[in-house]
Amino acid sequence: MRFVFKRSYDDDIRLFRHRAQMFWYLALLVFVLALPWLIDDFLIGEATNVLIWAIAGMGLMILTGHTGQVSLGHAAFMAIGGYSNVIMLQSGVPFVLAFPLSGIIAGILGMIIVLPVLRLHGIYLAIATLAISVLTEDFIIIAEPWTGGISGLVAPPIDIFGIDINRYGTPVLFYFLTLSVTLVVLGAYRNILRSPLGRSFIAVRDSEISAQAMGVNIARTKAVSFAISCAIVGLAGALLGLFAGAFNHETFNIVLSIQLLLMIVIGGLGSIHGAFFGALVIGFLPQAIAISRDGISSLFGLGSWTVPGIESGVFALILVVFILFEPLGIYGRWIKIRTYFELFPFYRKGMFKRQKSYLKTERMK
Amino acid sequence: MSLLTLENVTIKFGGLVAVDNVSFHVGKGEVFALVGPNGAGKSTLFNLVSRFYDPVSGDIRFKDSSILRMRPDQVPSLGIARTFQNIELFEQSTVLQNLLVGRHRHAGVGGFAQAFFTPSVRRAERAHRRVVEEVIDFLDLQPYRDKYIAGLPYGIRKVVELARALATEPELLLLDEPASGLSLEETQEMIFWIEDIKKHMGITVIMVEHDMKLVSAVSDRVLALADGRELAIGTPSQVQSHPDVIRAYLGTSGIDGDAGDAGAAGRG
Repeated sequence: MRFVFKRSYDDDIRLFRHRAQMFWYLALLVFVLALPWLIDDFLIGEATNVLIWAIAGMGLMILTGHTGQVSLGHAAFMAIGGYSNVIMLQSGVPFVLAFPLSGIIAGILGMIIVLPVLRLHGIYLAIATLAISVLTEDFIIIAEPWTGGISGLVAPPIDIFGIDINRYGTPVLFYFLTLSVTLVVLGAYRNILRSPLGRSFIAVRDSEISAQAMGVNIARTKAVSFAISCAIVGLAGALLGLFAGAFNHETFNIVLSIQLLLMIVIGGLGSIHGAFFGALVIGFLPQAIAISRDGISSLFGLGSWTVPGIESGVFALILVVFILFEPLGIYGRWIKIRTYFELFPFYRKGMFKRQKSYLKTERMK
Repeated sequence: MSLLTLENVTIKFGGLVAVDNVSFHVGKGEVFALVGPNGAGKSTLFNLVSRFYDPVSGDIRFKDSSILRMRPDQVPSLGIARTFQNIELFEQSTVLQNLLVGRHRHAGVGGFAQAFFTPSVRRAERAHRRVVEEVIDFLDLQPYRDKYIAGLPYGIRKVVELARALATEPELLLLDEPASGLSLEETQEMIFWIEDIKKHMGITVIMVEHDMKLVSAVSDRVLALADGRELAIGTPSQVQSHPDVIRAYLGTSGIDGDAGDAGAAGRG
């Protein structure tokens, strides 16, 4: 068991709680930096994919995990990011400018689009944002002069200060590009969480009434959360567009929105770790299914066979299992295991049970 | 000088007149208690002052300017803080984080600065923490600083609510049943704290309370309400011995012609 002795207020402000924690995160950083020399180019592509999912997951996590607003429309904002990035690149804007701009555009558009639905709560907000996702898909088809309609767009090669980066030609460089975006987003997310803005997000999530009584402007806080969330998701969309090479409206369809939500629920709502754990599951699951399918085939001599929709089925199954048995997600399970060993043998089963010892007042809603 | 003035305030919920033409004023440095049976409109008055409800008629003034045009989230910036009857804390945060939310009205650092956690943000965070630590010391919350609200017992949550309100550095503190559900010892502590809040911090306190021991111990003046109407106002002993107050609490043998307001009972 470890005791953390705090000597100054900064001990609660700094990013790492103690040296061992810092060591492990630095070790992880070294590992992901060394990854291209450890695995082949195909797997680097997969790792890039996971990182893109993780960025999108962090974007949705800010909104759903920390501000408590469910969105089923985030594929739309990924689309806005992806399309605006490629459109700007095609019209000659350099990548270093087009990429951040695509995030800003997604953030601003996202905030404007959701302003009318911000008064909705829970499932109603989810349905309203679902509509946004559906509408965006149709809008992409209609806006053919810019978006290429159903034939979609082809991402042009990008170069950053003379260095040519290509998903297929130089996958390692693309991996590092994605990794650096991940780190920047991660840093900003972490900083927001330890400053007043992040606390106001959590306040809105846990009790709107008392957040208001503490001077938090609910509408503005939600709008800011939406804007930040959409901007990050827009960056992920821009990366996804470049990663896919060619994309159309189906790349950013409704299934993507649902997968994003699945990802953060499986990973663990309300924690940055959750976004990464969820990204690992979502990113590697299709491969895992394919590999296990081949394994089963060869084991029973079935030849090659496919089951349509098996991926969605497995996703759904995993989600149901998590909601039934581990609502706190993978990260929640990890925390429990860690606490078990830290407190051994004093761990109690009910330690993480969320209990309500009183009824929340509903009168003022 | 009167800090808070309510003038002929009336609010209706459908056909029910929850607060009927109530006027009173609270002076600076006073401890003012609202008493009355359930459904008298005490909590409704609090919700009117914190702008969760709009009155049908009348005016609410804080330091001689009307607050009726303000949103609920602008009220704390005036220096009005409140607690809730059914504790409304941020469950999945620690005590410390809850109190730091109380500092929100003093935030004043830009969003971009926060994303980069610039030195100015760090300085502001340290300053907030210092204020919060003073409140923690005052209310003896040190053992619970890093505990999550979800795991705290009721009595402690009640104190954390008070602490969060104090962390906003208010001039006027609205306490909605500070002693409900507290043990005798905890109520006694609450009495000391409210006295200290008045004497040492110079904060004006308005509270809704059923515990007459607490009310008589700390309040300078008491307003008794029943069915949304003012019954009596004065010192605790004056109000307690007022015939209308006794009738409202204990009832009389005769029916005094107010059968229509019976529906008001049951509203908190």
